[in-house]
Amino acid sequence: MLKVNDINVYYGSIHAVKGISFDVNKGEIVTLIGANGAGKSTILNSVAGLLKTRTGSIEFEGQSILGTAPHLIVSKGLAMCPEGRRIFLQMSVEENLEMGGYTRKNQEAEQSLINVYDRFPRLKERRKQQAGTLSGGEQQMLAIGRALMSRPSLLMLDEPSMGLAPILVDQIFAIIKELNESGTTILLVEQNARMALSVADRGYVLETGRIVSSASASVLLNDDAVRKAYLGG
Amino acid sequence: MKKVKKLRKSTRSSLITYGLVILFFVIVQVMMITGNLSSSLRGQLVPIAAYIVMAVSLNLTVGILGELSLGHAGFMSIGAFAGVIVSTSLENQIANAPLRLAVSMLVGGILAAVVGVIVGVPALRLRGDYLAIVTLAFGEIIKNVINILYVGYDSSGLSLSLKSANALGLEEGGKVVLNGPMGAVGISRISTVTAGFVLIIVTLFIVLNLMHSRSGRAIMAVRDNRIAAESVGISITKYKLMAFVISAALAGLAGSLYALNFSTVVAKKFDFNTSILVLVFVVLGGIGNIRGSIIAAAVLTVLPELLRQFNDYRMLLYAIILILVMIATNNEKIKNLINRVTLMLDLKTKNDPKKGGAA
Amino acid sequence: MDFIAYLISGISLGSVYAIIALGYTMVYGIAKMLNFAHGDVIMIGGYVSFVATANLDLPPAVSIMIAVAVCTTLGIVIEKLAYKPLRAAPSLAVLITAIGVSYFLQNAALLIWSSNPKSYTSLFKFEPLKLLDGELTIASVTIVTVITGVIVMTTLSLIINKTKIGKAMRAVSEDKDAAQLMGIGVNKTITITFAIGSGLAAIAGVLLASAYPILTPTMGAMPGIKAFTAAVFGGIGSIPGAMLGGILLGVIEILGRAYISTQLSDAIVFSVLIIVLLVKPTGLLGKKISEKV
Repeated sequence: MLKVNDINVYYGSIHAVKGISFDVNKGEIVTLIGANGAGKSTILNSVAGLLKTRTGSIEFEGQSILGTAPHLIVSKGLAMCPEGRRIFLQMSVEENLEMGGYTRKNQEAEQSLINVYDRFPRLKERRKQQAGTLSGGEQQMLAIGRALMSRPSLLMLDEPSMGLAPILVDQIFAIIKELNESGTTILLVEQNARMALSVADRGYVLETGRIVSSASASVLLNDDAVRKAYLGG
Repeated sequence: MKKVKKLRKSTRSSLITYGLVILFFVIVQVMMITGNLSSSLRGQLVPIAAYIVMAVSLNLTVGILGELSLGHAGFMSIGAFAGVIVSTSLENQIANAPLRLAVSMLVGGILAAVVGVIVGVPALRLRGDYLAIVTLAFGEIIKNVINILYVGYDSSGLSLSLKSANALGLEEGGKVVLNGPMGAVGISRISTVTAGFVLIIVTLFIVLNLMHSRSGRAIMAVRDNRIAAESVGISITKYKLMAFVISAALAGLAGSLYALNFSTVVAKKFDFNTSILVLVFVVLGGIGNIRGSIIAAAVLTVLPELLRQFNDYRMLLYAIILILVMIATNNEKIKNLINRVTLMLDLKTKNDPKKGGAA
Repeated sequence: MDFIAYLISGISLGSVYAIIALGYTMVYGIAKMLNFAHGDVIMIGGYVSFVATANLDLPPAVSIMIAVAVCTTLGIVIEKLAYKPLRAAPSLAVLITAIGVSYFLQNAALLIWSSNPKSYTSLFKFEPLKLLDGELTIASVTIVTVITGVIVMTTLSLIINKTKIGKAMRAVSEDKDAAQLMGIGVNKTITITFAIGSGLAAIAGVLLASAYPILTPTMGAMPGIKAFTAAVFGGIGSIPGAMLGGILLGVIEILGRAYISTQLSDAIVFSVLIIVLLVKPTGLLGKKISEKV
């Protein structure tokens, strides 16, 4: 479904992503794990079109999306829920969701809104509230709900557990699992490698802009090197 | 090792700047003596000098301090009118014109510095666009206030009024120095090209030394990262204010020089457009680049003259050149192209110090 | 009674400032730039409606529509040619470019219409309103200006808060990247913002020229600067702030001129602005922006 081949990304003169290749198949949860600064978010931002990829290729559903403007990538069915949630704090909950469905026809968007409210009743309760007044967990739900509004076939999630209390982290990962079961393919970037691998089918381990190993999630969970470096022994 | 090299580099750069100004001055002097300078160009020499000082001093605020000021002409205005008043009042006491010019400019500079403190203390609490708008507002206020100021001089000294010249109640033989919206009239033109040259050198001396001093580095640290600078204990307000006040004082000096080059001068001359003009010099010359400010101020003051053959279209052309230069120097694609070329050229020379730094 | 008359003309002038300030504040909110050429678009609006009425003998309504159409197009063209190439450039570079555009418009107007002031005939020729047995007279242009101001502000509020494109504008102004991830085309949104702002400038130009019926190529500069300070006064980026700031500024200016000093009215306006900014640095209705580390 998503095929990333040998991409190189630079921040000015800093070579942040060095010849990375990976792919995501339909129906999977794939996770990219690695330390802070390993280049995980950079990869997602490049796929989403926010960052320029200098060389390499990115294909989504068999079509090249390299160099496509980010707002056009969304309408192809590839949505991203960015790091730090980035919800529109000064807009209401419902307006945030409406923005999520920006690319779609009004009727379709309305149907999506009903679906999102079904999945997150909490958001329905607070629909008129300003998004900035929500709690951290609610904001993350809103961010995910907003990304779902475009009915993506592939959803990229960047650090969805960041800054959340453990009980909320569990909840978010349960939601991710549910989403996947209902047919959404997921590419997940996480610092919380244990949680990520526990829901994922496959994982890639990144170190300073390179992929150092890739395997099924259960293999990675039991890999000594991975355990030592990312799972706390 | 690296430090020594850096210092040397900055000293060399300063010397080139001084050299450039001296060379330019010598050429102008030679051309004047041999009579090769057109009269319209000769008349522009003092304004050019004043604008160079304005640009260099504004670069201290914009380039070094990293704050946008849109009211720099206000300080020029203060210096201009203070200078004119002092010069006219001392006409009998100090017969020597260069000395009187020096005293007038000094008073103009000091007064502008005082106003710089008054404006700077509150304004520098603000940042970015808000600081810009406050300096703009101050510039307009200064213009408005000078516009209603009437100052006269007679044997009993200076007198001041906000109503009219008649309200000054001057004695027989007294002189109206500042006549409200009519501005300052009957100024004795004591500014000279040499004075302009000296002022530029003094300005460069102050600004370049400040840039390369401890306080200068502190100021730039504040510019590059306020929060980080604060956490290592650099007092932001102190350094910002220092740079801002020096910048204002130099603008005041430039104002005195400028005004004493003409027989009349009005407050409207130092309005928002003049502030913008000086800002254009700074930006086109390169923000933080002192030599660039000098060249840009000189070239852009002469450019409208040179474009005179295009007559009606010259200001239009000037505008188009300004826009094109900004796009050419700031567009990402064009900039990347330039960066890549310089990167290739730099690659060889940069390799060695990089290794040294890592070890 | 004088006071009420002054107040009304202050509100009228303030409505014009508010309409101009809306253009500044919308563009600032979305493109994060100070469009210094905005004041000169007002001037173009004034001249175009002048040509349409005086030279082409068109009815007032048509002349206003032409002015709006020309300015809207002009705004889009300026944005495409001058500002769009500088989207990633430092704000100072964009500011200087905007100044270049401002010079360009002023000098283009100078070439087309010469520096001789043109006297503008107000488009609003009906009888002034006489109230309280003729003790209070309100000029027709004042009435039209205030009504237009109310209509413009209500319509714009509706667009910004209720329509899809208006919400997209708010989303872009809050977080450009996140907006793109929603599928919102940032460039298109910025273009629309410029179009709306410039169309409003045309309306302001007609109102301004009707109230102060002398046209010169630099006529837009001062109202532009004042409206910009009005936008900052109310809190730049805030739509209600621009409205409030504009009206307050107009009232302060007229009252200052009437009761304190004619020549110092601008100084008073700017002093009030400075005081407000020092007390509340983000303007009256501005939101606090936390500094990024």
